[in-house]
Amino acid sequence: MRVRNVGRHKEELRLMMTPMIDIVFLLLVFFIMTFKIVAPEGDFNIRMPAAAPSQSDMSDLFLPLRVRMDSDDAGRLTGVWLAEARMNDAAPFQELRERIVLIAGDDAGPGSGADDREIELDCDYNLRFEYVIDAITAVSGKVQQGEIIKLIDKIKFAPPRGAPQP
Amino acid sequence: MRFRERQHAASAESDMTPMIDMTFQLIAFFMVVINFAEADQNERIRLPASELAKPSETPFEAPITLQLTREGTVLLMGEEVPVGAIQPLLRREREILEYRGNKPSDATIVIRADAEAQTGVAQELIKACQDTGFEKFAVRAKQEDGT
Repeated sequence: MRVRNVGRHKEELRLMMTPMIDIVFLLLVFFIMTFKIVAPEGDFNIRMPAAAPSQSDMSDLFLPLRVRMDSDDAGRLTGVWLAEARMNDAAPFQELRERIVLIAGDDAGPGSGADDREIELDCDYNLRFEYVIDAITAVSGKVQQGEIIKLIDKIKFAPPRGAPQP
Repeated sequence: MRFRERQHAASAESDMTPMIDMTFQLIAFFMVVINFAEADQNERIRLPASELAKPSETPFEAPITLQLTREGTVLLMGEEVPVGAIQPLLRREREILEYRGNKPSDATIVIRADAEAQTGVAQELIKACQDTGFEKFAVRAKQEDGT
């Protein structure tokens, strides 16, 4: 009798692992199939007041700094100007950033004048959008020792040049 | 001899515990990294890269994502239309916002424009949004590799 009881108890305690493993593998296959490596994305705010898109809503103390970008018919960048100064064609956005650091920064260091300044992007209609992001990156901040130092984050667009006539 | 047979039977059973442990760890990993914001992303759009593009810590209040393709069409909620025909879709988005008790001026239009899209078309898109009553805009870029 004793031997029979022990044997029955042992059989009752044995767990059925197969269904659980089945479900676990199904979950694993689902997650593997739906897994997609996506690069992290970030946003740049654009100030475009609806009432007067071509006019600044800033005080009269600081007129917006105009960044002009020319392109050829294929949308490739052909020139970058900050106000009237043409940037070096070899590395235009690097020079643009250096000039913006000089303008936005004062004695207290870069970033302190950022709240008062505004950038107006004056682009050709055909210009590829990646150059706009390059320009926004150059004027809105710089990475120094792994940290982002903000420069000018108030950015707006001027009406595009060379729009096709309807 | 009888005891020896029992030992053979026991050694034939494989230990499942490490395999199940690993499987659960894999499932936990995939559950953590799964991207629920995939609905806002379209594989056709090749975003421009920026070293300053970092995921925002505070999400926008009422984001509306407009995806601008290199051909100059806009993807919104599964529909693809030319920029010139985006107004009816924007008005529908505005009605949905107002139905939920939000104002169009509170919503942020997130523009995911392709790197090769024309800037002028992107500006036409912004103008169409302004005409519908939207005021806040953001342009999206992907994080640059190696940063």
